Amino acid sequence: MASYAFRLNGRAVSADSWDPAQPLLYVLRGRFALHGLKYGCGLSQCGACTVLMDGKAVRSCMTPISRAAGRTITTIEGLGTRDKPDRVQAAFIAEQAAQCGYCTSGMIMTAVALLSTTSSPTIDQVKQGLAGHVCRCGTHTRILRAVVRASKA
Amino acid sequence: MATPQSRLQPDTLGISRRDLLKLGGAVIVSFAFEAALPDWARAQPATGKPLDPTDVDSFLAFHADGTVTIYTGKVDVGTGLRIAVAQMAAEELGIPAQRVTVVDGDTGVCPDQGGTGGSTGLTRGGADVRQAAATARQALLALGATRLNRPIAELTIANGEVRPAAGGAGVTVATLIGDRRLSLKVDAKAPLRDPLHYTVVGQPLPRPDVPDKCTGRHVYVHDFTLPGMLHARVIRPNAIGAALVSVDESSVRGIPDVRVVRVGSFLAIVAPDEWAAVKAAGMLKAVWSDEQRLPGSDGLDRWTRAAAVDHDQTAIDRGDAMTAIGGAAQKLSATYFWPFQSHASLGPCCAVADVRGDGATIWSSSQGTHGLRTNLSKVFGLAPDKVRVVFLDGSGSYGTNGGDHVAADAVLLSKTIGQPVRVQWTRQDETGWDPKGPQQLLDIQAGLDAAGRIVGWATQMWLPNQAPGARALLAADAAGLPQEHGAGAGAITQNGDPPYQTDHVRVLVHWTKEAPLQLSNLRAPGKIANVFAVESFTDELAAAAGADPIAFRLERLTDPRAIEVIRRTAQAFGWQTRRSPNPRTGTGSLLEGRGMAYMRYKQAENYVALAMDVAVDPATGRIGVRRVVCAHDCGLIVNPDALKNQVEGCIVQTLSRALHEEVTFDRSRVTSVDWASYPVLRFPEAPQVEVILIDRPDQPLLGAGEAATAPVAAALANAVFDATGVRLRTVPFTQERVKAALATERKGTGIVQ
Repeated sequence: MASYAFRLNGRAVSADSWDPAQPLLYVLRGRFALHGLKYGCGLSQCGACTVLMDGKAVRSCMTPISRAAGRTITTIEGLGTRDKPDRVQAAFIAEQAAQCGYCTSGMIMTAVALLSTTSSPTIDQVKQGLAGHVCRCGTHTRILRAVVRASKA
Repeated sequence: MATPQSRLQPDTLGISRRDLLKLGGAVIVSFAFEAALPDWARAQPATGKPLDPTDVDSFLAFHADGTVTIYTGKVDVGTGLRIAVAQMAAEELGIPAQRVTVVDGDTGVCPDQGGTGGSTGLTRGGADVRQAAATARQALLALGATRLNRPIAELTIANGEVRPAAGGAGVTVATLIGDRRLSLKVDAKAPLRDPLHYTVVGQPLPRPDVPDKCTGRHVYVHDFTLPGMLHARVIRPNAIGAALVSVDESSVRGIPDVRVVRVGSFLAIVAPDEWAAVKAAGMLKAVWSDEQRLPGSDGLDRWTRAAAVDHDQTAIDRGDAMTAIGGAAQKLSATYFWPFQSHASLGPCCAVADVRGDGATIWSSSQGTHGLRTNLSKVFGLAPDKVRVVFLDGSGSYGTNGGDHVAADAVLLSKTIGQPVRVQWTRQDETGWDPKGPQQLLDIQAGLDAAGRIVGWATQMWLPNQAPGARALLAADAAGLPQEHGAGAGAITQNGDPPYQTDHVRVLVHWTKEAPLQLSNLRAPGKIANVFAVESFTDELAAAAGADPIAFRLERLTDPRAIEVIRRTAQAFGWQTRRSPNPRTGTGSLLEGRGMAYMRYKQAENYVALAMDVAVDPATGRIGVRRVVCAHDCGLIVNPDALKNQVEGCIVQTLSRALHEEVTFDRSRVTSVDWASYPVLRFPEAPQVEVILIDRPDQPLLGAGEAATAPVAAALANAVFDATGVRLRTVPFTQERVKAALATERKGTGIVQ
């Protein structure tokens, strides 16, 4: 069984897997009990499983563990906490930008990545940035407002 | 390799020990988040807590620290029910809402208040809690009167303290009651607080679940685990109703620790490692019988019209509609069609079951945990009093999605292998196999007199027959277990009549014998298509009468609440009075227009009007919705921000349903099974949405999870008509469909190209 070392939310970790193709999603949720990222489709179609790999938003459902080796992974838990949320989380909370919330973690991770390259996005840039994410509850209006709010924080 | 191998402690990964303690109490063994959920969600022996809805203690428990727990059988599916119920209870009890926690949907501790559907979460769930709290208030005042040696009439409760209304020293509720039960029956006559003096109800308090949802700490059923639990994936056949002929277990031999479980034609993989179960489920070779039981979704409207009718029902018969239409100066008729649609929950359903002997605990996001308990007990031969269904949040469900099915999968597997089992449905399972909102075909005809009055209106609707009993569980059918085969899609005939003045109205329902797919209630069941048809047709009548769509409606309404939502919408929208279609062309090649629709939900509940601006690109057929304005009156408002969130969601989700969504199927199976084959609205299409809430503290509160969905598709079709002169009568308004309609119908509409 191979062992894969990477950085996870600021710490050096390693995980064993019998299958180099095992998606990061199952490693993070199963081995590390980081449940913020969600299984939505396993097809990179919905964005619910999004995490940051070396600062870029990636779909953990189609990122094999072998590709994570040596990289830096950040999950929603690594951004902030209820008591000390990061600016994007704080903006989502302030805008009450969630209904069921199943898509929220993935949206926040993509928003963090977007704001790291585009610090003051227009509303259209935010829309394009989140185009790969599905929100089924129809909370789009608030999510867009939250990302713009975060960009000004 | 199933054992967690991490050398880390929780706090190093961004989850603090405090998070765990807060959530679960005991933080556990090695490094598992198995305990990361509230105490009440764990399996526990019966507490002896009352569950009878006639007992106050069934709904609320006081604690010695001054906090209160509310128990309700209605569940929060991302709708804000918990904060709204907390506010309603807090208002009656005089205890701050921040000290009120709501436990929902756990059959072990919550009274049965019926399933969460039909927008009854607050009207029934909240109202029951409110009456129990009002009863408790009187008891607390009596206790306070004794303690303070003052007459009850001089006392009030505020900020968790019984005290003289005129001022002076009081005594805390915690001192008076501690954590003791009240042991009182709910008094239906216990006086309710006067809404004019509300201080908590009506406030936009933030929802308690949002911070955890935004920081990755909220516990969904998908996140729940038990020690010794196995992960499972169910392998569904390629055809609905197919029998399992053979399984080649050697096809998964290379994957560690997996086990094939077969019960009749029910086939699953279980494994301690989730990825092993996923991978094996994809590799397992199975042979199924060939079945071709479906009509196919191509031409489903024609199939529906030709389908054998079980019986006809005259839902509304006022005056003599057919004679009135026959004698009208101008007669119009049109046909509308709404396709099968899926709940398409973003998170495919999940459940955990731990079956022990004839008892079981099931963790589920079902919208009807009590009903599910009854049905699972019956189907799997369990003792109902030993079965507990614990609600944990799921992905938004919008009706009965795959949640009950996945719970049955988990029970069957746990019962079969004697271990706790977690079943996670795949994307394809959820979009392909959730029970679905049925297709609806409507013919409408009406007559106008020379003055443009509606003299008669007749609606005919073709709907799949409803049958009593529980919806058949996929697992039980596959395993060959006897069960009920009920068919229900909700109250799907409502709103088939116009809300406008006319003396002669008939609504005739043709209940067809067959339904192509298993039926379900999907947000605003039936009303979604009925209002689409009625409000589109009203627009057609307005156009025929040469009238502005809003003026036409207002002239035929007398209810002041109806008139107000329309006026407020028109005002905020900046509605220009003129007839449709729009005489002006739009920017560049785009065709621009506006449309509106109005309805009163179930003709008895919420009043909703909305208007929208669209731009149609004739080259691509793409409809862009730029701005939506909606005025919404649901009586007394409990939490305006949570309400607004719901209304916004209703609008955007229904734009998705109207623009994109159609379940497709061939002769054997559903073929729209993921976000590519069942596309939904994406962010680039998200319009600007403005919601105007009309608060009526003097009126009863009404549920708001569905109503604003109903007029959306008609307003959209009406706006497209205004922009193009072309009337869209079949949902969804896909680019191909719009392009084709523009190509064939746009000539002769008088619009300048």
